[in-house]
Parts: sequence; structure tokens; C-alpha cells
Amino acid sequence: MAAPDNTTARPREMLARARSVLRICTGSFRDLVPIIAVVAFFQIVVLQQPFPDVERVLVGLVFVVVGLSLFVQGLQIGLFPLGEGMAHAFARKGSLIALLAFAFCLGFGTTVAEPALIAVAAKAAEVAGTAGFIVDSESSRSTYALHLRLTVGVSVGVALVVGVFRILKGWPVHYLIIGGYGVVVLMTGFAPPEIVGIAYDSGGVTTSTITVPLVAALGVGLATVIRGRTPLLDGFGLIAFASLTPMIFVLAFGMIV
Amino acid sequence: MPILIDTIDTALETLADVAPIAAILIGFQVLVLRRSVPNLRRVVAGFAYVLAGLTLFLVGLQEALFPLGETMAAQLTAAPLAGGGNVSWLDFGWVYAFAAAIGFATTVAEPALIAMSLKAEDVSGGAVRARGLRIAVAVGVAVGVALGAFRIVTGTPLPYYIIAGYFIVIVLTARCHKEIVPLAFDSGGVTTSTVTVPIVTALGLGLASAIPGRNPLLDGFGLIAFASLFPMISVMGYAMLSEWTQHRGRGAAPKEEAP
Repeated sequence: MAAPDNTTARPREMLARARSVLRICTGSFRDLVPIIAVVAFFQIVVLQQPFPDVERVLVGLVFVVVGLSLFVQGLQIGLFPLGEGMAHAFARKGSLIALLAFAFCLGFGTTVAEPALIAVAAKAAEVAGTAGFIVDSESSRSTYALHLRLTVGVSVGVALVVGVFRILKGWPVHYLIIGGYGVVVLMTGFAPPEIVGIAYDSGGVTTSTITVPLVAALGVGLATVIRGRTPLLDGFGLIAFASLTPMIFVLAFGMIV
Repeated sequence: MPILIDTIDTALETLADVAPIAAILIGFQVLVLRRSVPNLRRVVAGFAYVLAGLTLFLVGLQEALFPLGETMAAQLTAAPLAGGGNVSWLDFGWVYAFAAAIGFATTVAEPALIAMSLKAEDVSGGAVRARGLRIAVAVGVAVGVALGAFRIVTGTPLPYYIIAGYFIVIVLTARCHKEIVPLAFDSGGVTTSTVTVPIVTALGLGLASAIPGRNPLLDGFGLIAFASLFPMISVMGYAMLSEWTQHRGRGAAPKEEAP
């Protein structure tokens, strides 16, 4: 299906790469086994009826396993080394503006392409269309999904800017987090109820496959360069912000749209 | 073959999704840091892998993960709803059981969680057992997803649950050992993996559309929020419990701590 490799790579390198795709494949498959086991148990013991369209689902699961494996492998060979190197370089460079701009773009760029977020945004648009919350057409759905993803992307960008600023200043993380949840609670009272569920969910969705490793690299890079910061604590802080701000921004998105 | 056309369509959309990251990384590297991209060939190959992988994943999402969650929701609610008349929330026992089972099963083997729990054992000097922590997080997710399913069945407002949950988190944060707090907060985020999110989302939406009187938009979302909230509570609870038993068990016969 996919052999998007440069043909100039030496055979040995290709072999090593294929082997590591295979290894990640078994890893992704292991993630699926518990899901398959639970579903099979409920189908056989509780419902006692066959799963409809089972072949299609199985083919789809193969797509999921192979797709996730290639995706993770691609991140590891290409993007993570580049992103980590840059995070360290910016942490050392000492220009505040450049660092903050990089933090924003990193948060935005990695979140917009996050697979779990694409899934949730697509579902949200579909449901909003069916419920008549937005005009029910193919184009308005995809616009809604895109806007939702852009909103979450911007919010993670802002989260990283605030988080980086916090690491530089050494503010304690829990005041900001608890204050942020206060804002969430307050905004929930004013936001249209249709957006609340989506907003709360988008907080948990953002911190996943692409975002966490790159963001952690930035946090750890900064914390190592600046004196008196512990990598474990400060790398964590960024991720906590990245799951908080999407709630605030998506609630605001619901109030505006 | 429709799946092929789907795949090509998805590939084009994916290209548009991945382009911004590429532009940002390369833009900053070349324009701001003024360095050439090291290992350009590997980076390009990496992007090609990401593109192909994301495309396949998104097709599989539509073909398998969404239908899995939706079909299970429809089938599990079919039996209690078939009787007609008044159905109480007690009739949906299997729905809660399925929600809890899928939450527990997908979490307990999560690689990010395994890595984190080993680190926690290290940080706490062995007071927190890695195995116990993993089970605490998985139980937290199971309770969270089951409670979220209960909320959809009863149609009670989501903010009450979440706000009450965060209140508990704040209280526990104040009472808990300081070292466990970051790990507990982190465990909320690591539990929801790329495979779990679509299934759980589809399960919630399937429930909300199957049960009469529920609006998918109002009631269908929120399961992920539950799944990220409850591990924080269960991890801090577990840490306090294990500290307490260690304190109390000192001098007494050594007993089994983690299940």
C-alpha cells in the first residue's frame, strides 16, 4: 500500500526501517487486543448475536494498525529529532520573542494534525449538522470541523506560550491550573449548552501522539538550560496547560459562533 | 472499490493537515535559526510515512473504530429498550459494564502509562507501586467512562459532574503528598490514546442517539472528559491509601499492598 520511501536508501537501512515498522505494528496491535477481547466477550456472552459487517470492521482495524504504525515511525525518523533539536536550540538561543513564537507555532502545528482531534472534530460537526446547530451540508460540516480544530490548535499554542513564560518566571503550576479551571467553570455558565460536552472532551484529546513528545522536549530543554528548574516538573506543566486551554477556547468558540 | 476512493480523498485532506507542521518546523529552522535541515532525506521520508500512516488511520477510523463504538451502543441498548414503556437507568446494566470494561482494558496496557508508573515508583522511593498505580489509573478510567455512560442514560447535566470532580481533585491536591501531584495530573492526560478516543466518542454518541429523549449534541460528548478526570482522583487516592497502609502496617505482619 504505502512505500513512500526514497529509493536511494541503502538496502540495509531499508531493512532496518521495515523491521522497526513491524515492531511498532505489533505494538499497535497489542493496543487493539484488549478492545477486541472486550467487544468479542460482549458479542458472544452478553448479546449473543454476530457483529454486523464484521469483515469491514476487521479490514478497518488492519488499516488502523498499519496506519498508526507508519505514522509513529514517520514521527520517530523525521519529526521528533528535528523538533527536539529545535526545542533545545530555541531554549538556548535566549531570544524571548523567538522562543515564544516557536512555542506557539509548535503547539498549533502539532495539534491541528492530531489524529484523535480530527476524529472528535469530525464527529462534532456531523452531530451539529444533524441536530440543526449548523447548516447541514457537507461544506458547512467540514468548515465547522476545521474551525474547531483551528480553535483547539490556537489554544494549545497559547497554552505553550503561557507555559514557557511560567517556566521562565518560575511561577507555581497549580495556581495557574486551578485559576484556569475557575475560568472554565465560570464560562460554562455562559456558553451554549451544546458546546460544553465538546469543549470538555477537547481538553483530553489534544495531549496525544504528536503533541506530547515534542512539547515535553521543549519543556525539558528549557528546564535544563534555566537554573533551578526541574525537568520532570516543568515538562509536565506544559502538558497540563495544553489540556486546560482547549476547554476555555472551545467554550469561547461556542459563544461566538 | 469505494474504500480506494475514500483512501485517495483522505490522502489529499491529510496532506493539507500535515503541511502546516512541515511549514512551521522548516520555516523556523531555516529562517529563524538560520541552519539547514539536518538529515533532510530522513525528514522527508518521515513526512511521507506520517502522511501515509495518517491517511490509513483515518480510513480505518471510519471503517472500524466509529462503527465499533456505535454498534455496541445500539446493540446494548436494544434489549432494555425493546420492552417499551418506562425504562429506568437500572435496565442498562450491561451498558455500564461495557463502558467500564472498555475503559479498563484499553488503559491498563497503555505504553505511556507503563512508562509513567515506573517513574512514579522511582520518585516515591517505592511507596507507590508501579503495578498498583497502573491498576489505579485503569480503575479510574473504568469508573469515569461508566459514570459518563450513566450520565448519558439519565440525561443529567455534564458540568455538575465535572465541576464536582475538579473540586475533589483540588481537595485531594491540598491533602496529598506533593510529589505525587504532577504524576496524578499527568495520568489524566496519558490515558486517552488515539485508538481509545474514537471508540469512546462513538459509544457516547451512539448511546445518546439510541436512548429516547437524549440529544447527541447535548448528551453525547463528555466521556473523554470523564476518562481524563477520574484517573487524577484515583491516583491521588491510591497514593494516600498506600501511604496510610504503609504507616499502619509498620511493625505488623507484612501484607499484600497492591492487588
